[in-house]
Amino acid sequence: MISLTINGEKHDLDVPDDMPLLWVLRDVIGMKGTKFGCGISQCGACTVHMDGAAIRSCITPVSAATGEIETIEAMAEDTVGKNVQQAWLDLGVAQCGYCQAGQIMAATALLKKTPKPETQEIVDAMAGNLCRCGTYNRILAAVEKAADMESSQ
Amino acid sequence: MSRADDRLHIANVSRRGLLKGLAGASALLLAARWDTALASEQAQFGAGAMPGGWVDDPNVFIQIGSDGVVTIVNNRSEMGQGIRTSLVMVGADELGADWDQVRVRQADGDQEKYGNQNTDGSRSMRHWYDPMRRAAAAARLMLEQAAANQWDVPLHEVETRVHKIVHKPSGKELGFGALAEAASQFDVPDRTALVLKANSELRFIGKESGLVNGTLESAYPKAIDGHDIVTGQAVFGADIDLEDTLYAVIARPPVYGAAVKSFDDTEALKISGVEKVMRIDGAQQPAGFSPLGGVAVVASNTWAAMQGRKALKIDWDNGPAGDNAEYTSDTYRKSLEEAAGSPGKVVRENGGDVDAALDAADKRVSATYYMPHMAQAPMEPPVATVRIRDGKAEAWAPVQNPAATRDAIANRLGIDRSEVTVHVTLLGGGFGRKSKPDFVTEAAIVAEAFQGRPVKLQWSREDDIHHSYFHAVTVDRMDAALDAEGKATAWRHRTLSPSIGSLFAPDPKHLQEFEQGMGLNTMPFDIPAIRLENPPAPAHVRIGWFRAVYNLPHAWAIQSFASELAEAAGKDHRDYLLDLLGPDREIGNLTVGDGWNYGEDPDKYPIDIARMRRVIERATDEAGWGRKTEKGRGLGLAFHHSFVSYTAIVFDVEVDDEGQLTIHRADIAFDCGPQANPERLRSQLEGACVMGIGIAMQNEVTFEDGVAQQGNFDTYLVPRMPDAPKVLHVHLIDNPDDAMGGAGEPGLPPVAPALCNAIHAATGKRIRKLPVGDQLSG
Repeated sequence: MISLTINGEKHDLDVPDDMPLLWVLRDVIGMKGTKFGCGISQCGACTVHMDGAAIRSCITPVSAATGEIETIEAMAEDTVGKNVQQAWLDLGVAQCGYCQAGQIMAATALLKKTPKPETQEIVDAMAGNLCRCGTYNRILAAVEKAADMESSQ
Repeated sequence: MSRADDRLHIANVSRRGLLKGLAGASALLLAARWDTALASEQAQFGAGAMPGGWVDDPNVFIQIGSDGVVTIVNNRSEMGQGIRTSLVMVGADELGADWDQVRVRQADGDQEKYGNQNTDGSRSMRHWYDPMRRAAAAARLMLEQAAANQWDVPLHEVETRVHKIVHKPSGKELGFGALAEAASQFDVPDRTALVLKANSELRFIGKESGLVNGTLESAYPKAIDGHDIVTGQAVFGADIDLEDTLYAVIARPPVYGAAVKSFDDTEALKISGVEKVMRIDGAQQPAGFSPLGGVAVVASNTWAAMQGRKALKIDWDNGPAGDNAEYTSDTYRKSLEEAAGSPGKVVRENGGDVDAALDAADKRVSATYYMPHMAQAPMEPPVATVRIRDGKAEAWAPVQNPAATRDAIANRLGIDRSEVTVHVTLLGGGFGRKSKPDFVTEAAIVAEAFQGRPVKLQWSREDDIHHSYFHAVTVDRMDAALDAEGKATAWRHRTLSPSIGSLFAPDPKHLQEFEQGMGLNTMPFDIPAIRLENPPAPAHVRIGWFRAVYNLPHAWAIQSFASELAEAAGKDHRDYLLDLLGPDREIGNLTVGDGWNYGEDPDKYPIDIARMRRVIERATDEAGWGRKTEKGRGLGLAFHHSFVSYTAIVFDVEVDDEGQLTIHRADIAFDCGPQANPERLRSQLEGACVMGIGIAMQNEVTFEDGVAQQGNFDTYLVPRMPDAPKVLHVHLIDNPDDAMGGAGEPGLPPVAPALCNAIHAATGKRIRKLPVGDQLSG
């Protein structure tokens, strides 16, 4: 039995130790917001937070997910996450939207650690998150907008 | 009988019931009522020539509840182009609806009811703008009539304002919700009674909103799925969550056409959660949309299925694959390059003797260009859920072509199409990959073995890249003659590329009409002698549509070569390009051997030189073309006409001493005629620019002995944020007078040549083989 804390809620699960957190979230718990894109930590679609830092759930064995896990489903209640979501909406970032949960999780983790990032810091922090629709320019603008919303509060 | 006096002319009874529900009339009954002009359009070109045609019955598309909520049906697949927002916005604007009270409902796959649903070819808005406006205008007229009746006033005294009908003399008002029930009692008015809103009355159509070149114009109206996407609630194909679901993956033959000889599932069945291992029979070549076959592992979750697959021992039989098992990219490229040295099937010839002109040239310029196989690699790999019970199949899938999906399932299971339901989810990207429903049929095959239980068939990224319907590899051999002034006097273009036709019939080895029509024979230059040839090129893998398709290599070769000619002539590239285009004129597609024209009427959609000139001038003006740049920096230009729209791009790039490329800026000029939703046009052009940078710099799938050598994003490289232009501006050409063109694809073809031309301007280095990869270092 493995114990997980996801979005503040404790889950006791009978799953293999090596099962990636991604599939525990999606197939076992039924939280579909976190996406599968590559399975080898190359695309960032599966990004979640553990103790506030961005991790790739597709390569994180559930046995290693010992910290507080937060997913996209909790971001509307997160002080930073909700600003990021709002900036994404205001700037019409998403095209297909499939990668955007991971993008938002990566951006939120960045802004929690670095509330006023330089442009290059944003580019570096977001370089691990792929978007085949090619929304990078709007993602960058939205992270900057969300950072401004932070400081204006 | 005068129609003017009879605005609510009694139409086909089957159209009764507007706003009550969505179970509307069939298009077949409506056909009897089309007026002559519409009927002829229905028969030959545009939406009318597509399977299922168009439908403009408001009963099919619009529902208004007594609470005032307006639900508009979107019949096209949403894959990021924003059609669920844009098409619904068109309907909402014509209807007069308040955007905050508008919802979208996604149509199931049913072309008899909803008209054509094949979401490819950049057709959604250009084919559905008019029918949607007519449907909404009909619904608005019925609401107005309901209000007029209730107030017992003449119809001309009422008008629609936002989400309400107003009696102009008295100022009385009734909301849409209050009128919905009464309006639903009317028959749908005749099309000839419909008066579409004037442009001045429109609130959304053609209006800028959102982010316009770095400035937030307006954050309203918001994308219809935006909130669900940013909160993780949007339902993609992968997110279908049904009770009792089983999860499956398939090990497919590494070589196209190979089969399972034998397999050992002993270890696989020991994996916790694995329930069954089963052989999947593949199709004969050509595979079409049929699955490739292989061995399926079915489990209680996706991870267990993947682990089970890893534990399988499979012996493949390459016999049925024939020479596909010897397919090696490097060898194949050389064979095409060699074949390019000999004449091929002539697909277009204008003017004088090209070979004689080449031999007699003051200066002869030759170049050979190569574009490799590419995989679409949408962020959501193929995935589908199917449940079969009581002889009926129900699928939930991210598909671009729900009708083909329905047929494919029915054919494979041997049941009638009417027994198959296809629910279209959001697509996590498509780019042509999800036009092919092979993965849904796979789910259906597995589901057949588990009657009553939903089976979710998931592709891994490796599955996706190994078993794409690959973009065709292409060699283009270009030869031109220049006179003493540097003017081109002859142009010979040999293109060699396996055909998508090889997917559906014995390999034709030559480009089909629609493939030639993608920028090859539609080449617009005004050169005295032109010959286009297409020597044979066999297919050894599944060849399929990739966003913009054969426009990609044709634009890459033609636009790169035009830059080389300008250099050889010692002329400025833009000036030379405009000169190559010649005087403003409209070229009939048939006169250049193109009988396809993207399915559109050649009179409404000629090849328009003035529009080409305009996008080139706009992009170069915005980019500051001609300005001095420091060492290692340069501007590059390309344009292309595709999907009956026009795009030009200028890149401003820098290449440092280590060969590191920085894209400082991209200026894109785009002319698609009338703009339904400029905000999503911009996003399409921005996205195409970034995707095109990947085509230029990174994308390549190579084969060794028939096996794809790239499998995931560590080896199949695609653009990341640092690869995007630092500044990316889209300049939409204001052109409401021409017919509406496509938007999803036409932004892509000119990107790679413009970028490579910019690299040449910065470094003096010509790129003739894609991807650029490490060609800039050393």
